[in-house]
Amino acid sequence: MRGSGVVTAGSGRRNTLPGFGLTMGLTLTWLSVIILIPLAGLFLKTFELSFAEFANIVTSRRTLNALKISFGLAFGAALVNLVMGSIVVWALVRYRFPGRRIFDAIVDIPFALPTAVAGIALTSLFAQKGWLGAPLAELGIKVAFTPLGIFIAMIFIGIPFVVRTVQPVLIDLDPEIEEAAASLGANRWQTIWRVILPSLIPALLTGFALAFARAVGEYGSVIFIAGNLPNVSEIAPLLIVIRLSEFRYADATAIAVVMLIVAFLIILVVNRLQYWAQTRIPVH
Amino acid sequence: MTIELTNITKNFGAFAALDGVDLKIADGELLALLGPSGSGKTTLLRIIAGLDWPDGGDVSFDGENALKRGAGERQVGFVFQHYALFRHMTVFENVAFGLRVKPRAIRKDEASIRARVKELLDLVQLDWLADRYPGQLSGGQRQRIALARALATEPRILLLDEPFGALDAKVRKELRRWLRSLHEEINVTSVFVTHDQEEALEVANRVVVMDKGKIEQVGTPGEVYDYPATAFVHGFIGESVVLPVNVAEGRVWIGDQPLNITAPNVGGPSKLYVRRHDMQVGSESIGLRGAVRHVRSFGAIQRADIAVCAGGNETLIEIDTPRDHALRTGETVELHPRRFRIFAD
Amino acid sequence: MSESAIALYSERGGARGEPWLARVVVIGLTMLFLTVFVVLPLVIVFAQALTHGVGAYLAALAEPEALAAIKLTLAVAAISVGLNLVFGLIAAWAVAKFEFPGKTLLITLIDLPFSVSPVISGLVFVLLFGAQGYFGAWLQSHNIQILFAVPGIALATTFVTFPFVSRALIPLMQEQGTLEEEAALSLGASGLQTFFRVTLPNIKWGVLYGVLLCNARAMGEFGAVSVVSGHIRGETNTMPLLVEILYNEYQFVPAFAVASLLALLALITLIAKTILERHLDEGRQVRDN
Repeated sequence: MRGSGVVTAGSGRRNTLPGFGLTMGLTLTWLSVIILIPLAGLFLKTFELSFAEFANIVTSRRTLNALKISFGLAFGAALVNLVMGSIVVWALVRYRFPGRRIFDAIVDIPFALPTAVAGIALTSLFAQKGWLGAPLAELGIKVAFTPLGIFIAMIFIGIPFVVRTVQPVLIDLDPEIEEAAASLGANRWQTIWRVILPSLIPALLTGFALAFARAVGEYGSVIFIAGNLPNVSEIAPLLIVIRLSEFRYADATAIAVVMLIVAFLIILVVNRLQYWAQTRIPVH
Repeated sequence: MTIELTNITKNFGAFAALDGVDLKIADGELLALLGPSGSGKTTLLRIIAGLDWPDGGDVSFDGENALKRGAGERQVGFVFQHYALFRHMTVFENVAFGLRVKPRAIRKDEASIRARVKELLDLVQLDWLADRYPGQLSGGQRQRIALARALATEPRILLLDEPFGALDAKVRKELRRWLRSLHEEINVTSVFVTHDQEEALEVANRVVVMDKGKIEQVGTPGEVYDYPATAFVHGFIGESVVLPVNVAEGRVWIGDQPLNITAPNVGGPSKLYVRRHDMQVGSESIGLRGAVRHVRSFGAIQRADIAVCAGGNETLIEIDTPRDHALRTGETVELHPRRFRIFAD
Repeated sequence: MSESAIALYSERGGARGEPWLARVVVIGLTMLFLTVFVVLPLVIVFAQALTHGVGAYLAALAEPEALAAIKLTLAVAAISVGLNLVFGLIAAWAVAKFEFPGKTLLITLIDLPFSVSPVISGLVFVLLFGAQGYFGAWLQSHNIQILFAVPGIALATTFVTFPFVSRALIPLMQEQGTLEEEAALSLGASGLQTFFRVTLPNIKWGVLYGVLLCNARAMGEFGAVSVVSGHIRGETNTMPLLVEILYNEYQFVPAFAVASLLALLALITLIAKTILERHLDEGRQVRDN
């Protein structure tokens, strides 16, 4: 989670350290064996389908619904994390309160806790007789085994991203710019809204995109609480697993390719964002 | 706008940043707060601006209590050391900021805001940079934009924290001259903080020398240079030669050697302060002599390290003398201070 | 008069504070949000595991099935962490110490597994090594089992944990530059000596940091492993997979007992991570001076 940026620092001069050829060769080989060849295999497999077949699979009702559920709920969850993450990071950086260090540390729990564990924990927490599920049921709100459950799990899994990308930026934010705004007559709200928030936008959007990407692909923490009803609460990764278990490899592959392409687009956006942030707003 | 500070104190934990500061600043002055780092000059500036609050004492503007007002309500323009420009806004929007955040009731319309910003960018001669972002400007340009931004709301007081500190030497010299002429043009009461004596003496009408949270001397640049009120001021401003002496009944002794000079108002262990260029060699004897250790010449002067015997100890001093009387390493010379000050320890 | 003004403003913290009420609301929301979404899920794991007391908890962990899963998880983690450690060091050296065109692209490719759904990470290996996969027939004729066996699980785990070590090291090594290595080489050290005596000591906390996070993910990986494992009880079930099976069979105490071990691992990882980050920050400050 640290240093989420793609940074190219260092001088452009030639240097004399040994081992570039060897280490670069090994790096590319290993990268190809573990990552690139398997991913290429996935794309190759889709080329065995005609375009019509591919379109057929992707636009079938069940697939479309699964994709809608995954992307729609992930987007919503990332939005919640954008807002709540901003509040959490503000409290952690700007205020001193009892338990601050502990709260700061546990922000990473969703990242460190194995997803299957998170899945069963959230399920029993929000089940009809669970600690939170019971009071919510009294209010007529059913969480576990509904799309709302998926939403909750996706919020959980996305918590660290916004907080951890914004935190270093907020810590390093020059206090003088806030004082400058205040001495120019801005009230506190204007200072936050017009000066601080715009400075955080690249980090906020990066955190949002990372949380979104993670939630879209999330499997373990979602399937237990989801209910997994086709067209209602069935996420795209689960549909891939189901198609695999039915030996419908082509179907599984087609869904995977759609998800991958969107994931690549997200990476592209994140990289552009960081590039934009670094050039337009250079660090000193 | 006059500013009056009365008995200002400010502590950061156990550290006393300001310790009973009294200061009156007249309308239209260009005043320098000069001192080493940690002397409290920046804290004083921030208290005037409303960015810090004193633990005790009063701040009044034109006789009215300023502590009732927050930073945004004091009509003070503040230029930060590192400019604190808003990096996500264009130069134009930076300058317009103070006008745009005014309450709706007194906010000018867009056309007047644009006209005002244009006027200020013209004033700092950077109107062609209006659409750039701060990251695309040079240090000197940022400095001037920060100044334009601070002036946009027509402040009654202009405060500058180390205005030239982050610039390279050449730009710094240009901006000094420019700031002084700008002040003549707009004539707003202005206070700037600096640790650079040359800057203070060259730019300001009046200089306040501070050390350890206290004011050591207030005066015109000529006064603080020629008539330093304290040992600290003498040592801090200009290049000084310092010798340990002892004063008894008006007579000055260096070690067991009496000097042919008088010091009527001090007594006991003291320090003799002489400007480096005021220490002359050879003309007449007052009983002060030393051995030349090392000489180097450049331009019209020669600079010499001279070991002066003061009691059992030797004090190494550095003096500048004209080259017409060549000094040789190893020779013993008579030293004669043309002007000097003696301060008790 | 001025005294009350001072009190008023110093409470507001000068020009950079928010009103008291806003602070309370922000802190309250933070505590509420993190408690509901993070603390409670963590607590409920242990609460559920101990529903029937410590005896039942320990008995559940002593089941042969559980022990087999623990062993497999440890073995798989050892393989993938080991591989990724070696690769991570090599890749970080190439990327951080040299300038070359396409560097940003390479870093993006290394980071790729972070953006790939775990299920897809498993799927790609099914497509390669499954019965209908590209190498399926060949593997079958040579009697080599990759899918639904330990090699498949290790491969999928390695894929998923691929970026952790290099990602921890690249920014650190870029910050440190190449001056010390150049000094060592000019003093006559060989390349390997330079690496082991100069570079490695400088990045030791970073290495530990990467290994720690890599290991946590390796032991906890669920989606990718679930696709390639085949769920053969006692043979290809890692701990997270066993948690799923037990939970789906309504064996809640054993499910949460195994889950509690993984939760414990997460907690230990976080504590160690916090300590390591302190070391890394100290190192950074020393360099800045």
